[in-house]
Amino acid sequence: MFCYSDFTAKHLATEAKEDKDIEELSRAVDVAYKSPLMPIRDAVPVTESQISLDLDAATEFSALEEISDEEAVRIFVPSAMPPASLSLRDYVDQSETLSKLVQLGVNLWKLEQRPNVGSMLLRLNFNTDVAPRLLFLKEIGVDDSHFGNIITRNPFILTESLENLQARVNYLKSKKFSSETVASMVSRAPYLLNFSVKRLDNRLGFFQQQLNLSASNLRNIVARLPRLLCGSLEPIKENLKVCEIEFGFKENEIQHIVLSVPKVLAANKRKLTQIFDLLHNTMEVPHHLIVKFPQVLNSKYLRIRERHLFLEYLGKAQYDPNLPNYISLDRLVSLPDEAFCTELALATLEDFHLFQKTL
Amino acid sequence: MMASPAVRMFWRLEGLFCVYKPPGVHWKLVRDNIETTLLKGLNAAPSGPLPKEVRFLPDPESDTGATKGLTLSAASVPVLSKHPLVTGPEFQHIKVGVGHRLDAFSSGVLVLAVGNSNKILNNFCRTRVTRDYTLEGEFGTATDDFSYRGKVVERSTYGHVTQDNLDRVLAMLQGANQKALLMYSNVDMRSQEAYEMAAQGLLGPEGKSEPVLTGLRCVHFQPPNFTLEVQCLNETQKYLRKVVHEIGLELRSTAVCKGVRRTRDGPFTLQDALTRNHWTASDVMQAIRKYHSSKKTKKYSHTKTVDAAPEENTMTDSQQNETCDETAVGVIK
Repeated sequence: MFCYSDFTAKHLATEAKEDKDIEELSRAVDVAYKSPLMPIRDAVPVTESQISLDLDAATEFSALEEISDEEAVRIFVPSAMPPASLSLRDYVDQSETLSKLVQLGVNLWKLEQRPNVGSMLLRLNFNTDVAPRLLFLKEIGVDDSHFGNIITRNPFILTESLENLQARVNYLKSKKFSSETVASMVSRAPYLLNFSVKRLDNRLGFFQQQLNLSASNLRNIVARLPRLLCGSLEPIKENLKVCEIEFGFKENEIQHIVLSVPKVLAANKRKLTQIFDLLHNTMEVPHHLIVKFPQVLNSKYLRIRERHLFLEYLGKAQYDPNLPNYISLDRLVSLPDEAFCTELALATLEDFHLFQKTL
Repeated sequence: MMASPAVRMFWRLEGLFCVYKPPGVHWKLVRDNIETTLLKGLNAAPSGPLPKEVRFLPDPESDTGATKGLTLSAASVPVLSKHPLVTGPEFQHIKVGVGHRLDAFSSGVLVLAVGNSNKILNNFCRTRVTRDYTLEGEFGTATDDFSYRGKVVERSTYGHVTQDNLDRVLAMLQGANQKALLMYSNVDMRSQEAYEMAAQGLLGPEGKSEPVLTGLRCVHFQPPNFTLEVQCLNETQKYLRKVVHEIGLELRSTAVCKGVRRTRDGPFTLQDALTRNHWTASDVMQAIRKYHSSKKTKKYSHTKTVDAAPEENTMTDSQQNETCDETAVGVIK
């Protein structure tokens, strides 16, 4: 703790570009704060041998000795901040930017794991860099409580230029997204405003073309799943191809599925295939029923499998709406365990657990 | 210094517990899932208030900025470097150890331990505990990896197979395994020592050896499907599937394994196993409490084998305290 030498302070002055006031203040603060603890000299390591050797020297400079104000100011005390550190917690107390970010709710610990983000945050000045962008977000309608989450997920929003941010918001509004929608999209997909207008345009064009959607439907989907505009298009193209070729859905069926459950576009291809295989081949649910209840494609494979096997064991696995004792697919996947047992399976929760252990 | 509530919860997680691994899932995913849910439970414990330190802050009225002109006032401010958003969650990684593994195709009881109890888990793995399995088989096909998911290698008829034939084959297999058991126990069969060990049930291989089936019987026979109940030592699930395949060959037909389910691992039975919706920190703590209390009631000695040979109707102390329900197929009627 005490082993900082003189030159570290010079490093600090060049590296952390903080307000001059704060640096001087911290030095002055340390003077006032540290005086009761140790005799203030040049900060040399206070090892045991030195203490015993310097006993005479210590009596010369007693901590309780009164000194004039000019001398007090001239005494040099290095700041507690190390010149380089792996963590932001060494700098949080001294940096105004970092303290205010923590008060906003930004998860500094998560951010410092990412390479270079920590140094970038340290170099920001709250008043000139961070505050204008937060005000901008507030103007477009983002709620204050979301700032922490947005910055934690996308710290680079603080380095994007204000003209660019404004241009992208204007573009979205020109595509007839309402301001509340834009605000909600930015809160849920924080990387949205970092993409250029051209890229956003490309994305919207791609979706409109591939899915043959009307403009209002497209707006609906993008508003509900804004990260479609942020990620890469390759997995989405693959998913669409899989739906068309492997599953055999027709174009209007795919449109309907995507409109009700946009997450299918961004789902994992292997898991989607697994669920469809279970539904179509094992449970023998025809295509039109899957299209009628597209949320089954979004649920967990093991959940559907266990519940289906339980119903099959009880003789109740009947998914055809024309026959009696019909079990609807959406209730099969959406009901919580207890409701599923009492209403659909007409058994107790314990029976279901015992059955789970026989699989 | 008081330990935080999260640390105290971590101490309560010391002990062994078992979960039910669903089929088709790699055991590592199960282990990672448990680790994530336990971490969530541990970090959800409320942390104490931030420590405060006294600092001298400038008075709001002074705006000259000159060092000499600043008036400082003492204020007690919270130390932000100890804030959880800066330090990270209290527990970032816990060691969750897995006992005897189950491959992805099988399902059943999987013993786990958290943190310091991994040492107990090591001891448990090294003791000679037997495991109970239920094997589902089907006549008529043979595949390359002995399970119904593999590539079909051969097909045959099974009309000539009767329950009698099956029982005879099983008895023969069991006899061969008993001989192997005696051979691996490294004791001269004609000595008094061997007799005493056999009387106490201590015969068996020490440490690693070939898989040995200490018990084997057929519980359900309806061609083409049949179900076997096995007690074994040092096994792997692939070996058990191979046993099903070999039984098919012995009966001059072919058989494939449709399911391998572990119903008991030492003293842990299906009844204690936690299903997927119970993989939360509080349920795990309850299971560990049950394990500790059951350890106190039964005479659990690490040197004694904890198994029951199927031909005798005796149950050891450990199994007596576990009430078997209809799904724990290890019931000795």
